[in-house]
Amino acid sequence: MPDLGLNVLFKGKNLTRLLGGLGVALQISLLSVGISIVLGILLGVLMTWKNPVSRVLTRLWLETVRIMPQMVLLFLVYFGTTRVFGWNLSGEMSAVIVFSFWGAAEMGDLVRGALLSIPAHQYESAAALGMSGAQTYRYIILPQTVRRLIPLSMNLITRMIKTTSLVLMIGVVEVLKVSQQIIEANRMSSPNAAFGVYLTVFFLYFIACWPISVLAGYLEKRWK
Amino acid sequence: MEKRTAEANIMEPILTVNSLTKRFGDLTVLDGINLKVREGEVIVIVGPSGCGKSTFLRCLNALEDIQGGEIRLRGETISRDSKDLTKLRQKIGMVFQSYELFPHLNVLDNILLAPTKVQKRDREEVKKEAMALLARIGLESKAESFPRQLSGGQKQRVAIIRALCMHPEVMLFDEVTAALDPEMVREVLDVILELANQGRTMLIVTHEMQFARAIADRVVFINEGRIWEEGKPDRFFDDPKTERAKQFLQTFTFERKRAEEGTSRLASESCAPDAG
Amino acid sequence: MNLEFIHQYLPLYQEAAILTVQIGVLGILASILIGILCTMIHYFRVPVARQIAAAYVEISRNTPLLIQLFFIYYGLPKIGIRTNPYACGVAGLAFLGGSYMAETFRSGIDAVDKIQTESAASLGLSGLQALRYVIFPQALSISFPAFMANVIFLLKETSVFSAISLMDLMFTAKDLIGLYYQTTESLFLLVIFYLLILLPVSIVGSLIERRLRYAGFGS
Repeated sequence: MPDLGLNVLFKGKNLTRLLGGLGVALQISLLSVGISIVLGILLGVLMTWKNPVSRVLTRLWLETVRIMPQMVLLFLVYFGTTRVFGWNLSGEMSAVIVFSFWGAAEMGDLVRGALLSIPAHQYESAAALGMSGAQTYRYIILPQTVRRLIPLSMNLITRMIKTTSLVLMIGVVEVLKVSQQIIEANRMSSPNAAFGVYLTVFFLYFIACWPISVLAGYLEKRWK
Repeated sequence: MEKRTAEANIMEPILTVNSLTKRFGDLTVLDGINLKVREGEVIVIVGPSGCGKSTFLRCLNALEDIQGGEIRLRGETISRDSKDLTKLRQKIGMVFQSYELFPHLNVLDNILLAPTKVQKRDREEVKKEAMALLARIGLESKAESFPRQLSGGQKQRVAIIRALCMHPEVMLFDEVTAALDPEMVREVLDVILELANQGRTMLIVTHEMQFARAIADRVVFINEGRIWEEGKPDRFFDDPKTERAKQFLQTFTFERKRAEEGTSRLASESCAPDAG
Repeated sequence: MNLEFIHQYLPLYQEAAILTVQIGVLGILASILIGILCTMIHYFRVPVARQIAAAYVEISRNTPLLIQLFFIYYGLPKIGIRTNPYACGVAGLAFLGGSYMAETFRSGIDAVDKIQTESAASLGLSGLQALRYVIFPQALSISFPAFMANVIFLLKETSVFSAISLMDLMFTAKDLIGLYYQTTESLFLLVIFYLLILLPVSIVGSLIERRLRYAGFGS
């Protein structure tokens, strides 16, 4: 049995530190998810407007985040703002800005899709039953929209969590950075630590994302 | 075209069904069906919706697994785990209610796919045959069209030709006009009628009772998964033996009266439930 | 903006872009193969392999590429599996992309009506023939938009390769920012090169998509 380097995890506070690092990543993603959902709903409604200006702008926003890798956006915000505006944004701050910018656009597109997927007949038959506009939204449109939206936005959350791994590259001390530190510190005593530690991180991410994916899949099937 | 002759009836059965049983879970859909089909015979299967007649046809092509009994085509057993299932299926053509043309292939390629890929026949030879058949039904100009460009009736006629080009020994028609607009039913039924005149062996599930009467050598009435009656069409339609078959046929009579005698008559009849 | 700087370091970016595209294309091709394999296993309900494929899809979809790469590049050598950064990049991208392609193809196949398979069967087509001539062509056109989204997603994901010291676009930009503090120019070139790679893919994709939609495969 080769040394898998798992023993370092149980040395000192290594496991706690690792989980703390994951906590940083999760905090960034949860904060970004919160902002994305609020902004995304607004953006989504805006996207259904017929106004050409709002159409072009929202479209441009969406296409930008669709085309540009999040990594590039992170660099633009983290390095670019310092240079152009003289701001000194922390890595965490840059990450939240970028992920919210990205998440809001994706969320907006989901909201737009959900709103447009409600057939016009639903509005018409609600009107035929004498419902007011507000009643139509309250009892007919929103329940259907939300059901379509929840599984999809849960998938967005897992994507967000996975993408936070990138913040390592702009100097945020998160789970990968902590891993590197642990591996470095135990270079002599446990030369194979890289295997065990990265495997652990791998499964930590899996444990964070998988339940959400399973639940999203379940809801999607159930609410079809 | 010559009307098929009575000699056919003396021959050995081409298709034999022995106490066929089909269940979906706890629900018994077919409960001991026995049927012998002779070569050249046209059998029309009728019965109320959900009686199992479509399931019966699907069993004959091993599209359903069966829980009891056996189906034999010239002595060879047809079942989901027959070794030569694809060979057997080539001998049984099937036409579906929803046409099921392949939407990504044009009409000609739809017809040529199985003969060239499955039977490995020469493409040019099959093409010649396919074009001749298309010409016969007046669709040769549609050979390069895609299914979405055809009407329902045209699609269904192409589907029949597609099955025909495999040179099947038995043809199965599963409510092939049920999805069609009324004005397209005729063109499809005429094609089937012509096949009957050529002496083809066919099993037809349909709700078109006049057509059934005209085309059938034998009518089989299925109800609740069992054959309740079978016999010559005139005998079955004019003088059904069972109460259930009488009731079933009455639903059609009533409908036809509505169509023939107009709406005012309908109003008075619906007020008098024991009329008819 | 310092044009001289841009002129001087343009070749560096070109090389980096070529590397990015190379690994991207190889990784995507491998993803497609893995995707097809998983889909076939699922379609024909191959025992055991089916469970393995399902587990792979879950693991791959619920972990970030960066972590997958770290594990392959830094972790695996410790148990004797050594690779170079290039192969590691392709392997990582394929490991990630395979599951995305598998899901896309699978849902495409699921979207083809079951009775089409029966219709093929009634004509005597074997299971494999039905898949090849009837189901797969339809599934491909149904899943094409999702397929293109995967391709763009995977090309974008290549931006993490710098973490395993591949000299890709991100690596080059970061290097130049660190060395010369020419942030604006470095970032400008970075954006331009990613646009050069991704914009044509995106445009061609939506053109094909529009044609497929125009062709309207509904029967």
